[in-house]
Amino acid sequence: MVAKTLYDKLFEAHVVTQRDDGSALIYIDRHIIHEVTSPQAFEGLRLAGRQPWRVGANFATLDHNVPTTPFKSAADIEDDTSRIQVQTLEENTRAFGIREFGIGDVRQGIVHVMAPEQGAVLPGMTVVCGDSHTSTNGALACLAHGIGTSEVEHVLATQCLVAKKMKNMQIRVDGDLGPGVTAKDVVLHIIGVIGTAGGTGYALEFAGSAIRSLSMEGRMTVCNMAIEAGARAGMVAVDDKTIDYCQGRPFSPTGEQWDAAVEYWRTLVSDEGAQFDAVVEINAADIKPQVSWGTSPEMVLPVDATLPDPTQESDAVKRAGMERAYEYMGLTPGMKISDIKVDRVFIGSCTNSRIEDLRAAAEVAKGKKKAASVKQVLVVPGSGLVKKQAEEEGLDKVFVEAGFEWREPGCSMCLAMNPDRLQPGEHCASTSNRNFEGRQGNGGRTHLVSPAMAAAAAVAGHFVDIRDC
Amino acid sequence: MDKFITHTGLVAPLDRANVDTDQIIPKQFLKSIKRTGFGPNLFDEWRYLDEGQPGQDNSKRPLNKDFVLNQPRYLGASVLLARRNFGCGSSREHAPWALQDFGFRAVLAPSFADIFFNNCFKNGMLPIVLPEDDIETLFQQVFAQEGYQLTVDLAEQVVVRPDGVKIPFEVDAFRKHCLLNGLDDIGLTLQESDAIRAYEASRQQREPWVFVQ
Ligand code: SF4
Repeated sequence: MVAKTLYDKLFEAHVVTQRDDGSALIYIDRHIIHEVTSPQAFEGLRLAGRQPWRVGANFATLDHNVPTTPFKSAADIEDDTSRIQVQTLEENTRAFGIREFGIGDVRQGIVHVMAPEQGAVLPGMTVVCGDSHTSTNGALACLAHGIGTSEVEHVLATQCLVAKKMKNMQIRVDGDLGPGVTAKDVVLHIIGVIGTAGGTGYALEFAGSAIRSLSMEGRMTVCNMAIEAGARAGMVAVDDKTIDYCQGRPFSPTGEQWDAAVEYWRTLVSDEGAQFDAVVEINAADIKPQVSWGTSPEMVLPVDATLPDPTQESDAVKRAGMERAYEYMGLTPGMKISDIKVDRVFIGSCTNSRIEDLRAAAEVAKGKKKAASVKQVLVVPGSGLVKKQAEEEGLDKVFVEAGFEWREPGCSMCLAMNPDRLQPGEHCASTSNRNFEGRQGNGGRTHLVSPAMAAAAAVAGHFVDIRDC
Repeated sequence: MDKFITHTGLVAPLDRANVDTDQIIPKQFLKSIKRTGFGPNLFDEWRYLDEGQPGQDNSKRPLNKDFVLNQPRYLGASVLLARRNFGCGSSREHAPWALQDFGFRAVLAPSFADIFFNNCFKNGMLPIVLPEDDIETLFQQVFAQEGYQLTVDLAEQVVVRPDGVKIPFEVDAFRKHCLLNGLDDIGLTLQESDAIRAYEASRQQREPWVFVQ
């Protein structure tokens, strides 16, 4: 028998028909829907007089546009265009009979937080969503990736996609992670090593003892940012943690089906001797807490570093990118990361808004106060259920006492489609995934960090090494 | 879907690497529930000096004269020349919609982000990967010669320079077929409905838990 990678197995298990040109029709088990990338797809269905192929495969929720201050219904959303988009999803899900975790439902939240939490995605599945961070779900050993709106319509209408098999890349992180080094630091470090296009054309499998040592939440953080490494999909093989995580979730199987599922899921690992097209090996001990300094996630450094000198960069295209990043970020080469002051802090997003992330931030914030120079610290849980659990653990109180704002679930300042945003020129310590120009608000300057590092920056008013706290 | 067979047009050089989808079309414009009308806000943060809002009259906004698409010599460009990793970032199909609505029919770069690349084909727009050296030469030629045009011939799979040099490119056979014929790929997939049902039946046996209602 040929040794196969996890990705090989997942892909092959979903081939409906193989075409001569190497592409295949692959079956999609789960389709997650949000309000931004779906309206045109539903419109397309209507225009063509088509119905969803399998209604039960779809799970919808609202996240990108929702305010994070309390509100009761879509009608309370002030911004006209946001309100219309939210209402359009509500109408579409109603019209087509699609399950939606809407406003006021405790299950509402960021698509990639809601789906695993509900057991809507399970090992061995193909999962798509009109959102690039769908890769998050790969932590459950499923093949999960983002799609555009035309493909949203295609999946709704046919439950399939036309796909070509990607190449296999294994990223092995072996050894023990040092104190204060989290899943976020692992993935930022990986992106720093392979670059934002390093994974283009590949399906990434994260492996090695350091990845195994991460919780499921941590693995989701790592897979979430596979897209920032250029790959549509990232994944982690099944182990006991995967199985434990799935047990008892609302849409997870029970009884005999559970036993059969577990038996199958256990096979979802790369076989001994499986061939990868590329292997990247990283020593966990080399990873320090990370802070991004520029306008691309690959412009990232350990917290104790100084900012790089573009004149030392031999690649002209890269050099030009660095120079533009310096101008945009208002920083100068040679500066210490710890000298960068922060104006706002954002703890949230599909990268870092799960319970473990909030616990890590709360641990740092406990008994401390946000620095007077920091204008705002937003803590935005990933879903209503995360929020509820955090409140049961008293984390909300810790945040409020530290002068942080405890908000309602949603995407919030990760992309600033709702009112949460940076003002031009402001520096933000953010636990999100993208530091592109204008991402968190026109002219805003994003620094990507872990939740603990974000909380520590909120308290100090500038970046600090969490290992010294 | 629009057909794409061959296209000749003015080339605009966007001399930056890692152009992301937030740059191509900033998020405030994603609130539209339509597929069209994104052209005036393509590269909004670079093209205008103020912050754009949906529904604004863009003709009244202050232009950033330095930005390439605002320079008179590139007005009416329909071929975009770009650097590596073009279209990285989100899955928003609004990015190709905006490029297309603006008037672009083809984008040439040394590499593209996967999802953006895929989304282009769904909209009758052709993303073409060329070797870094060829792209560099094209940049130099575009800068040197006003009115520089390229012909993109999908059937022959070549980009033709004004000096007659033909640069071959690769394209996936199925995508080429769909673009040349302007095919609706949902319609094509639905022709395989029986195979999809048969597949579902076998999965239902093996993994019934996938088929929740
Ligand atoms: S939290 Fe940010 S990255 Fe994640 S789905 Fe929302 S907008 Fe996208």
